[in-house]
Amino acid sequence: MGQFAEQFDKGSVDSHAGDVMVVGGGISGVQASLDLASSGFKVYLVDKAPAIGGKMAQLDKTFPTNDCSI
Amino acid sequence: MDKVEGKAGEFNVTLIKKPRYIEEEKCTGCGACVEFCPILIQDQYNQNLSLNKAIHVYFSQAIPLVTYIDPEHCLFLRDRKCTICTGVCNKNAIDLFQKPERLEIEVGSIILAPGFEIFDPKLRNDYGYGKIQNVVTSLDYERILCSTGPYEGELRRLSDGKHPHKIAWIQCVGSRQSIPGGNSYCSSVCCAYTQKQVIVTKDHDAKAECTIFHNDVRSFGKDFERFYQRTENLPGVRFIRSYVTLGKEIPGTKNVTLRYATNEDGVKEEEFDLVVLSVGLTPPDEVKDLAEKFNIELTSQGFCKTNSVNAIETTRQGIFVSGAFQGPVDIPESIVTASGADALCSQLLAYRRGEMAIKREYPGERDVSKEEPRVGVFVCHCGANIGRVVNVPSVVKYASGLKHVVHAQEALFACATDTAKKIAETIQEKGLNRVVVAACTPRTHEPLFRDTLREGGINPYYFEMANIREHCSWVHAREKEIATRKAKDIVRMSVARAARLKPLQELNLPVDKRALVVGGGVAGMTSALSLAHQGFEVFLIEKRSELGGMARKLYSTLEGLDVQAYVNDLIRNAFQHPSVHVMTDATITTASGYVGNFATTIKTGEMIKEVRHGIAVIATGAEEYKPTEYLYGQDERVLTQIELGERIAKGEERVTHSQSVVMIQCVGCRNEERNYCSRVCCGHSIKNALKLKEINSGMDIYLLYRDMRTYGFAEDYYREAANKNVKFIRYEAEDKPRVEMVEEGGERRLKVTVTDFVLGAKLEIDADLLVLSAAVVPPATNTELSRLFKVSLNPDGFFQEAHVKLRPVDFAAEGVFLCGMAHYPKNLSEAISEAYGASGRAVTILSRDSVTASGAVSEVHEKDCVSCGICLSVCTCGAIEFHDTPQGKKAWVNPVLCEGDGLCTAKCPTGAIQLKHFTDDDLIAQIDAAVRED
Repeated sequence: MGQFAEQFDKGSVDSHAGDVMVVGGGISGVQASLDLASSGFKVYLVDKAPAIGGKMAQLDKTFPTNDCSI
Repeated sequence: MDKVEGKAGEFNVTLIKKPRYIEEEKCTGCGACVEFCPILIQDQYNQNLSLNKAIHVYFSQAIPLVTYIDPEHCLFLRDRKCTICTGVCNKNAIDLFQKPERLEIEVGSIILAPGFEIFDPKLRNDYGYGKIQNVVTSLDYERILCSTGPYEGELRRLSDGKHPHKIAWIQCVGSRQSIPGGNSYCSSVCCAYTQKQVIVTKDHDAKAECTIFHNDVRSFGKDFERFYQRTENLPGVRFIRSYVTLGKEIPGTKNVTLRYATNEDGVKEEEFDLVVLSVGLTPPDEVKDLAEKFNIELTSQGFCKTNSVNAIETTRQGIFVSGAFQGPVDIPESIVTASGADALCSQLLAYRRGEMAIKREYPGERDVSKEEPRVGVFVCHCGANIGRVVNVPSVVKYASGLKHVVHAQEALFACATDTAKKIAETIQEKGLNRVVVAACTPRTHEPLFRDTLREGGINPYYFEMANIREHCSWVHAREKEIATRKAKDIVRMSVARAARLKPLQELNLPVDKRALVVGGGVAGMTSALSLAHQGFEVFLIEKRSELGGMARKLYSTLEGLDVQAYVNDLIRNAFQHPSVHVMTDATITTASGYVGNFATTIKTGEMIKEVRHGIAVIATGAEEYKPTEYLYGQDERVLTQIELGERIAKGEERVTHSQSVVMIQCVGCRNEERNYCSRVCCGHSIKNALKLKEINSGMDIYLLYRDMRTYGFAEDYYREAANKNVKFIRYEAEDKPRVEMVEEGGERRLKVTVTDFVLGAKLEIDADLLVLSAAVVPPATNTELSRLFKVSLNPDGFFQEAHVKLRPVDFAAEGVFLCGMAHYPKNLSEAISEAYGASGRAVTILSRDSVTASGAVSEVHEKDCVSCGICLSVCTCGAIEFHDTPQGKKAWVNPVLCEGDGLCTAKCPTGAIQLKHFTDDDLIAQIDAAVRED
């Protein structure tokens, strides 16, 4: 971590309300979030990476159809 | 994740949102900052095989498609030295002083889906990984093969950038090892992904020589056996069953040698250009911290500890788990458990469904049918995806000169929320009545832009998409000028078509909130109860006189569950739940209707009843194959595994007093007649062998197998059986064991002869009991059911899901779902997960008040119809029927059932049937524009 990057803004806390929190934005987390949202629930999807997709987004093609993974 | 407080129904989670140093709403992902950033860093997305910048977009199709600054490498964040990026960003989106944000979120339940990490072979210096450049992991190789990878899709190796020709894969790296640093379990996915990589490698280089060093080949998934055969039959592909050690890296060429042994040739050393380590799956490092914060337990392996029957439940109420945090699983299982976790959350929170949902409001639709076409063209840069290759401003200029075009502009990112809003405003301001977006594929983005048209107050079918990404910039990345010309051609064609488009009306159909579940086994009952707990009424029908299905014949699972007690509980719950209507001895006689509105007639005894329902779940299970081989049915000492299980449970003396038991695997499957693996039998036989050893540890048990397929955590039980001296003898399909009855001194001996490859000799075993691991076979009634519900079967007679990877419990026919062994053989907890998965998916329909049927459906011009019936025969959705008119029988399309695939229009000999939105006129105008510039 860069030396200037660590300072924390302790003052502000943002509050939100929803139905379900999904931790992890890989294929499983994304599917769960979509299903929940389609079933009438408000979802927070949280991922540690700067983009969702997880490991599956790193795969070239998937087995056995050899479809593109993205 | 900072902390988690509260309980099921009212969790309070505090999150810390790490700074991106970018204002997400402002960034368009244009990539200018990335171009100018002076700091090169290793690209994590590409497994550190290529370079990226300190400010970058995670990967080219990332969502969100906004940049991110790596604080460890950014010169400003490290030393306050450089601010080039802020200068080049014309959206003012970069904020180098952004701070972490603390967010508090109240939710009713939580799903943990943190996924997995790959096993790191560097830790133990496995096969020189990390030191020898031409030894890579399978994930590295995945990036090497990929068009967005370090070599832009060219198969090259690290040491010299040459095309590797002779490639070796080493299986089970880090998996199936009970030595320090290894994982004792089988990672379940590596055999399959290796075969995929071999096939893709052969696509890149047909002459490539591919060698796979393996232990058992575990092709236990649906259609995996065929995929294995397809790989094995490719020229230049060798599967070698051997352990492998690293020889050396050859100086100069940097090739790598491997030592292995075969029964025929003994120990050999062979040189390869590239070695791929098929690494296994491990839980990610941060799960320990995650478990602590969420107060859930982990297994000794570091995965999530789950309920032994319901693998989606963690040890804490209201917190669920899906995907590879449960254990090593493939993509379909990750999807199934995701939909299952959705169902369990929905059960918990059914009382508040829809309360927080946001309803969309649209302006009224303007009637433009009398107006001349006024086309607006928006040409998208797609970040740099299109803009880097195609000269977008020149396409815009060209488009504005086309006939009917009254407005043309560029968009950095047409699908961004703010751009879509601007398009909607432009429609109103400029009075556009047609819109062409030249961007990516309609498959993913057409629905979004149609919605934009509705926001703009015109009919959504006035939208046309010109694909200048997949069809142009991505495939012509090195030919910028020609690509720009092609983009203009594509836009011209789209404008020509757009001018002819007609407004279409979509049908809104009410949804019947009741469900039908076909099959009263564990999967069917679980699914029915889950639907009921989510607040829906269910008809559960079973063809036999009792509920329970296959599980009635099972007494325990490998993990020790009392199956009978579990099933009896489930049956009681099904009968007691007021919203579950159980019908036994029931058969379906007719089924009609469509998503949201099915009508099915059910016969129970003499009674016939019509049931109306919005969705259906097919959970008809499977059966055990009745062997015709190995003296089954001719000698009472020959049993199937299920029969053995029953007799062990009953303590039958013939079984408990046996001294010598022989088990034969793959009876009735992995052969020509049934070209699939029954998946459950290896675990089943290990379970029975362990039970027998429990009764009499001195019992001789011989297990004759082809590949032991104890995937996942079942591997530990396989090891336990081997440690308890169960003798495992491998046989080949061409040299099956022989079973004979031998009469000697008035005694009838059951003699089993098998070739032992390790000893290189024939082995004769006298068996007191011969147990056949008989295949799992689909019920014969599947054929009729598939016809009734218009869903397909695979070549083996199991039901065929909509997509093997991404839609594992959906059927292609909307509103019909599947779970359990109707899909493919699977063990109890897998069937239960699928049952929850199917009910989760079903509720995405049942929770709606209406479903929308597309306006782009076929239509018959009756005067041209000659009643030949060809359209009826080619229609796969059962949407066309004859009806009587004063001019005789004429074809009629049910717009609700029609899926708009156009098969009928292609076949109609008189052109009487036309697919709306894709009429001959529309398409001819488009084709004319392709060949004529005017």
